[in-house]
Amino acid sequence: MPDTRKLKYDESALRTLTAEDLDALEIGAGILGTGGGGNPYMGKLLALEALKAGYKMQILATDAIESDALCMSIGGIGAPVVGVERLREGREGLRCLRAMEDLIRTPIDAIVCEEIGGANSMNPLVTGALGGLPVLDCDGMGRAFPEMQMTTFSIYGHSSTPSVMCDLHGNAVIFSHAVSEVGHERMARACVVAQGGAAMLATAPMQAHYVHQYGIPKSYTKAIALGEAVIKARRQQEDPIAAVCDLEGGRRIFTGKITDLKRHLRGGFAVGDLELAGFDDCSGQTAGVAIQNEFLIFKRNGKVEVTVPDLIVLLDVDTGYPITTEMLRYGQRVAVVAIPAPELLRSSRALEVVGPSAFGYPDIPFSPLPTASRKAA
Amino acid sequence: MYRVGIDVGGTNTDAVVLKDKTVLAGVKASTTEDVTSGVIEALEKVIEASGIDRARIGAVMIGTTHFTNAVIERRHMDEVAAIRLGLPSGAGLPPMVDWPDDLREIVGNHGYQVKGGYEFDGRELSALDEDEIVRIAGEIRGKGLKAAAVTCVFSGINDHMELRTKEILQAQCPGLPVVMSKDIGRHGLLARESAAIMNASLLSLADRTVAAFGKALEAAGITCPFYITQNDGTLMAADVVRAFPVLTFASGPTNSMRGAAFLTGIKDAVVVDVGGTTSDVGSLSHGFPRQASTTVDIGGVRTNFRMPDVFSIGLGGGSLVVEKESGVVVGPKSVGYRVRQDALCFGGTTLTATDIAVASGKADVGDKALVAGLDKGLVSAAAAKIDAMLEACVERSRISSTPVPVIAVGGGSILMPDRIGDLTVIRPENFAVANAVGAAIAQISGETDRVFSLIDGRTRESALAEAEAEARDKAIAAGALAETLEVIEREDTPLAYLPGNATRIHVKVVGEMGGHDA
Repeated sequence: MPDTRKLKYDESALRTLTAEDLDALEIGAGILGTGGGGNPYMGKLLALEALKAGYKMQILATDAIESDALCMSIGGIGAPVVGVERLREGREGLRCLRAMEDLIRTPIDAIVCEEIGGANSMNPLVTGALGGLPVLDCDGMGRAFPEMQMTTFSIYGHSSTPSVMCDLHGNAVIFSHAVSEVGHERMARACVVAQGGAAMLATAPMQAHYVHQYGIPKSYTKAIALGEAVIKARRQQEDPIAAVCDLEGGRRIFTGKITDLKRHLRGGFAVGDLELAGFDDCSGQTAGVAIQNEFLIFKRNGKVEVTVPDLIVLLDVDTGYPITTEMLRYGQRVAVVAIPAPELLRSSRALEVVGPSAFGYPDIPFSPLPTASRKAA
Repeated sequence: MYRVGIDVGGTNTDAVVLKDKTVLAGVKASTTEDVTSGVIEALEKVIEASGIDRARIGAVMIGTTHFTNAVIERRHMDEVAAIRLGLPSGAGLPPMVDWPDDLREIVGNHGYQVKGGYEFDGRELSALDEDEIVRIAGEIRGKGLKAAAVTCVFSGINDHMELRTKEILQAQCPGLPVVMSKDIGRHGLLARESAAIMNASLLSLADRTVAAFGKALEAAGITCPFYITQNDGTLMAADVVRAFPVLTFASGPTNSMRGAAFLTGIKDAVVVDVGGTTSDVGSLSHGFPRQASTTVDIGGVRTNFRMPDVFSIGLGGGSLVVEKESGVVVGPKSVGYRVRQDALCFGGTTLTATDIAVASGKADVGDKALVAGLDKGLVSAAAAKIDAMLEACVERSRISSTPVPVIAVGGGSILMPDRIGDLTVIRPENFAVANAVGAAIAQISGETDRVFSLIDGRTRESALAEAEAEARDKAIAAGALAETLEVIEREDTPLAYLPGNATRIHVKVVGEMGGHDA
């Protein structure tokens, strides 16, 4: 297809990311992954290789692009544990981009991140770099969630089909229409098993004004700042956990050791229950965290205190590095930090899709964390 | 029969003699550049100190940091071929992609990616490109590479392609050592591959080192078999180390913690190993060190070896004690191994943590009179500071609120108070050579870590049983007595986002070494 693209943004508004930014993003995205979303490390390595090969990774504010620009959101789909063994080929996202442009016969202007939490923070950057497109500074979750219909883009009415799903072999699957977002998720999930457990999926493009209105704002700058704060605190031997709380309006709600961890499988998801015994300020208390790929519900002494979509983050007590559900081990010392979810995830419309009831807790109401102390990123 | 344990560290070579459960003698010698003469000196000293007949030594167990140090110092590593089977997967991330540049150059940066590999359910990812392996074999001959490391995607599920590649390479390059990743690492391709490559590059050093150990024993007139300890506190036969030197990484802290368990007979405890400059603190659970859950860096390379979860602080016998406006500061600066010259109580001019221990009556080393003039306020403030530092790190390592004893080992453990918070401190006899004792009592293990497909009637339970049987077979093949085997690790992790038919199972069993009493 001839490239008839004309720039729909001012190039001076682009922020070019460095290798140091990617290191910070790895940590920040891990924190926002709330235990899930997969490890960003492999994605970071691919991004670093792209940088070394001379590609540019650039992010752009959502209001710095013309409102009718066409933006395609992209993310990895599959099992993280497969991804660390069967590495990606590297150009799956680029093939999704080209297949989508062929399908809709229109060039794409910018790439959008589906999920800033975890591995999916890196995928759009690699796709954008290889495809010569900027990545908008926003995402569809502001954290990690297990399923595709849980993006703000889907929640507020965008239909994610037609979509394109590419695996490492070069297979490309097009979902031309799904009657519901959940239906799309189910079909994609079935397909990814045939593709070996991991693939990249690009959803139907959106116009920039929609992304600006319904995307979680400034996800990349926020995640990078979070990672930088942890790195800086560690370098200056200050408390990295306090630095995380400061930046995100979060609160350190518990400090404890893991005393029990039960895991099982329910409907293809890693489900589990974590028990903690408090020490330091929390000595004598117990806490529980319910897991469904991500940390969903936090209880203190048996009483619910924080629920999804607010962010429940487990950090290593000493280093401040995020702990994913796959890294959980008996005896680990963790700090639990609660961060208020972005407003777009707290509406009644959003709570139907990402509130406690959507994860099988119909009896637990969402009681939002106070947001007063949140600082601007 | 006697067991001899030797710990070849960076500074000291320690040796002990054990009869059954009793330590007959423990000595320290200096580590030498050639390794051999330091080992000979330690051996001769310990044989003399224990007064045993050297003909009745049944086995010698050696713990060494030699291979770890080779990687950290970028020395003695060969150029090797790093062959990955898995294209098109991983095309964008070549072998050694996350290594420091200097280390990648040392091993020659000969990475090859070939079509092959498996999917999570055992399907072929791609058929193995055998012609390409033959071509690579030609390059190996042409470049004169010393060894090859072969890593296949999902080799934990099916090892056929790694075996077949080794067969082709050795047919083309007779005598070429070929390391297969399935023998070394666990799930997680890059970390397993990196371990296999490091292993291949250390093979000739392993050959020379094992020969040096053998020579030292021979020179001392000891003819029994000898073993080397690995990172999990278990033993490998000397010939196994020739093939798998990387498995010795981080065996040092493991040995000192295991030694502490043995010297006290306590299986659950916090162990504090106080050296000259730092103290290492870890937890013992069922007699074994609790493992770290995060990836472990060796010389800047991510690996997924099981390593003890050890926390270090800058406090040791040689730590400087300095009065500042903000209060007394102890460490992290230290006179290190020079404590026996530089500390006040040894006639030196530097106020160290050891002097505080002597002045406050906690320890009796050097000359007490030399520290008698120290300001009482300073001594008690510094002693309180040392106690607080030790208490904080012990608290961090406690697994539960159940009170467990604290075991103090290492040359600097005279700093330890008799109680830490609500915990009692135990200072075993021979505490200074706990790491050599740990080597002497090491056990034999077998391990399985791979993904099982729960299909064709295989349940989670039967898969766990299958994994355990595999691990037991491996342990017995390595020399363990079947009747002493016990499972020390068993975990399964269902694979998220896949239908309920795949789970990753990790089982480890350990047992006593056969052939003599322990």
